Amino acid sequence: MRINVKVNNENKVFDVEIGEYLLDTLRKNHYISVRKGCDNTSCGVCTVLFDGKPVPSCSLLAVRTDGHEITTVEGIQKEADIISDYFGEEGADQCGFCNPSMALTLYAMKKELIHPTDEEIKKYLVGNLCRCTGYISQHEAIKKYMGDSK
Amino acid sequence: MKVVNNINPSVDGKGIMMGRTAYSDDYAMDQSLIVKVLRSPHPYAKISKIDTSKAKKLEGVECVLTYQDFPRIPFTRAGQGYPEPSPHDKFILDEFVRYIGDEVCVVAASTDAICDEALSMIDVEYELLEPVLDFEKAMDNLSVIHPEPEIHDMFPIGFEPLRNIAASYAMHVGDVEETIKNSEVVIKQSFYTQAQAHVMLEPHTVNARIDYQNRLVLYSSTQTPFHVRRILSQTLSIPLSKIRVIKPRVGGGFGGKQALHGEMFVSYITYTTGKPSKMIYSRKEVFESSYTRHPMRLDITLGSTKDGILKAIDCYVLSDTGAYGEHALTVFMVAGSKVLPLYNKVDSVRFHGHVVYTNHTSAGAYRGYGAIQGNYALESAIDMLCHKLEIDPILFRQKNMIKENETSPIFAIMGEGTEGTAMNMDSCKLEFCVKRGKELIGWDNIYPCKVENEQKIRSVGMAIAMQGSGIPYIDMGSATIKLNDGGFYNLMIGATDIGQGSDTVLAQIAAEELQTSLDKIIVYSSDTDLTPFDTGAYASSTTYVSGNAVLRAAKKMKSMLFEEASKVLNCEDIDIIYDGIIFTNKSNKSSITLVDLSNRLTYNEDQQQLVATSSYVGHKSPPPFMAGFIEILIDKETCEIEIVNYVSVVDCGTTINPKLAKGQVEGGIVQGLGMALYENVVITSKGKNITSDLLNYKVPTRLEIKNLTTEFAKSYEESGPFGAKSVGEIGIDTPPAALANAIENALGVRLTQLPMTPEKIRNALNIKEKIKNEK
Repeated sequence: MRINVKVNNENKVFDVEIGEYLLDTLRKNHYISVRKGCDNTSCGVCTVLFDGKPVPSCSLLAVRTDGHEITTVEGIQKEADIISDYFGEEGADQCGFCNPSMALTLYAMKKELIHPTDEEIKKYLVGNLCRCTGYISQHEAIKKYMGDSK
Repeated sequence: MKVVNNINPSVDGKGIMMGRTAYSDDYAMDQSLIVKVLRSPHPYAKISKIDTSKAKKLEGVECVLTYQDFPRIPFTRAGQGYPEPSPHDKFILDEFVRYIGDEVCVVAASTDAICDEALSMIDVEYELLEPVLDFEKAMDNLSVIHPEPEIHDMFPIGFEPLRNIAASYAMHVGDVEETIKNSEVVIKQSFYTQAQAHVMLEPHTVNARIDYQNRLVLYSSTQTPFHVRRILSQTLSIPLSKIRVIKPRVGGGFGGKQALHGEMFVSYITYTTGKPSKMIYSRKEVFESSYTRHPMRLDITLGSTKDGILKAIDCYVLSDTGAYGEHALTVFMVAGSKVLPLYNKVDSVRFHGHVVYTNHTSAGAYRGYGAIQGNYALESAIDMLCHKLEIDPILFRQKNMIKENETSPIFAIMGEGTEGTAMNMDSCKLEFCVKRGKELIGWDNIYPCKVENEQKIRSVGMAIAMQGSGIPYIDMGSATIKLNDGGFYNLMIGATDIGQGSDTVLAQIAAEELQTSLDKIIVYSSDTDLTPFDTGAYASSTTYVSGNAVLRAAKKMKSMLFEEASKVLNCEDIDIIYDGIIFTNKSNKSSITLVDLSNRLTYNEDQQQLVATSSYVGHKSPPPFMAGFIEILIDKETCEIEIVNYVSVVDCGTTINPKLAKGQVEGGIVQGLGMALYENVVITSKGKNITSDLLNYKVPTRLEIKNLTTEFAKSYEESGPFGAKSVGEIGIDTPPAALANAIENALGVRLTQLPMTPEKIRNALNIKEKIKNEK
């Protein structure tokens, strides 16, 4: 069936199968920053923003996005650029497979939480697994980003 | 040093964060055939009948392949150098299936859905065979997992498949039994370590195409692109010259991508059909059908004097390699070779054991590579000995452990599958690591434990560890540096960045030697057509082995630059001063910038392309060392553990990139903590993996990791690039033993089986209380 979705502020028309997940729709349409990690919403790698809220696209039926807005990291390039500087300073990027989804989640968190505590940050991001860094360097970078008023 | 030992953001972090095309599947062709595998529902069976006719007729199905389609050439997927120390005991497809998840048949179809439908239309009849699911009963079991006559080892590794033995080995120094008999205090204990899953976030991914020169081109998320090329050629009889393997960005490996996964299938399909194809493992397949860490039983006996001089270590290891023998011998040997030298002053030491086949998912390479298993057993036993002796475990270690400029006979005896290499510890700051870690954790204020409140106890525990820096005389890295007009360089390396940051670290080494900044070094790595050879990302080899190759190539390039500058400035090389930007003739002060020199060489005079290539193969494997200290809060009733802090003090020589080195250590620590606390591949008595997704297989999240304190000892390894050793694995080794030691310090119970879950601690406490009451 045909759906109308606003992706990164552009109106798009996608032909999708009934049971198709948004992750597959996006990759098929060359939004390659959205990637598959675990198949069942456990890892956070496939996160996109659905009307501004982070959701795992591996379990969101594409048809449900009809008439809604989807943001991938291609849609927040300036923010991702800033975040990557903080990650770079802390040596917090290793394999990077989860990084575009991390940028999206951080962008959403910054809008949602005002002066969050360490624990609140960790709880917000608990669905974004990282197997590389041990989390501490990421946390340092994230705190700096949250305090950045640019 | 300007670039080395400085904080530099990784060369690729920004582009990756911004979502650029980077990983294998990002490069797959849109029209790729989808390749999927029908997997065995039985732990051990013979395929008696397989009917693919219905699936083949389905529209959109390109091919359905069974064992009848492939030549019967045994090989190993291990992804090691040649000849491999792993037995050649696997066929691309076989009429036997040896674990739940083993490959039965392969389908290529135009879409995912058609592929799934075709898989469901294949009728297979199995003759069920008696599986071997308890690795302690595998040896000489009536059920033989590899009866096939064609399989073989590449050189003697103690391979006895008819006894279900994939490899075995024994060594000794002195008479260990005699020394133990004469020891005043003896500790004897068996330890069990579990299967652990790598859980790299990018699943195994590969795609293939035929290019316009009619060559097979693969994009693969591999740690070993050159080995992949060789093994594909050997098993599919495709000329080596017809294969190109490109490793783009890889989303984590930790050893899990050292071996081959879908490469055989996509290569065969694309090579025979001419059509592009791709294969991505589902997460279930990653868990069930790739690899785990080798589960082991380690029987340790220690003998010492009553004043705490360690006299003997005896270690027998039984290792479970699962259905196939990938890394069987070498992981098992590392459980001795990178653990036992820690206590180099003993009179006698013995290491022996067997690696057995079972009908479990294969075990393979995994960060730590046997050292974490061996470390858990030995460093636990050392603390048990200290308790018996009533000696402070830190004092005991300080007295007995290896120190700078010392050696151990084990280095010469034990290599990885072969004899080892004698070496002195020219750089070993273990004494500092222990002393500094003790301060940082506040050992003296807590040891052994402190009652926090009615419910909780605070305690500390520690362990020491060593690893290696590549495999001497085997691991080879190489680098090519090319000067461009405009005065910047390309650095082409075979070394394989899988997320650990080697592209950045190797570029830093080149920049340092060429006296330039990091942005003037453009790195391109791991492409079998375009980059020089490298064995790949494993055995903690990249910084040390490939780093040395880069340093040599940079030195060569620099001497070329001096030669060219001397021609322009009409002087000898030695009369030139170079500051990274300008070459100046000392005597007449005439000068030329690197930019002008490079432009002149490109366009104007004496035109030529300057290229320098160099290689390096290690003649020793200087171990990185560390001391790990854990502080925990443990609930007396529920036995729940909170990790308050983990202190790591590491000697990896010079840290080329301190932040990335810290990331390697901390990433390792957290994987090691996962193994210590809860990570566990659970296989039922019927052979079924019931932890085959991330809902059931728990890895640490950011909520459990409160604080990690990581410092580096000031250390300089003469043989390493700018004094560096490697750092990829050392972080993972200490957490299991340090935690077990902290639990004993808190509750007086010794956990001898990983993971150390609250249930196991509670059980141990119950038994302890029962014994106390009986008395």
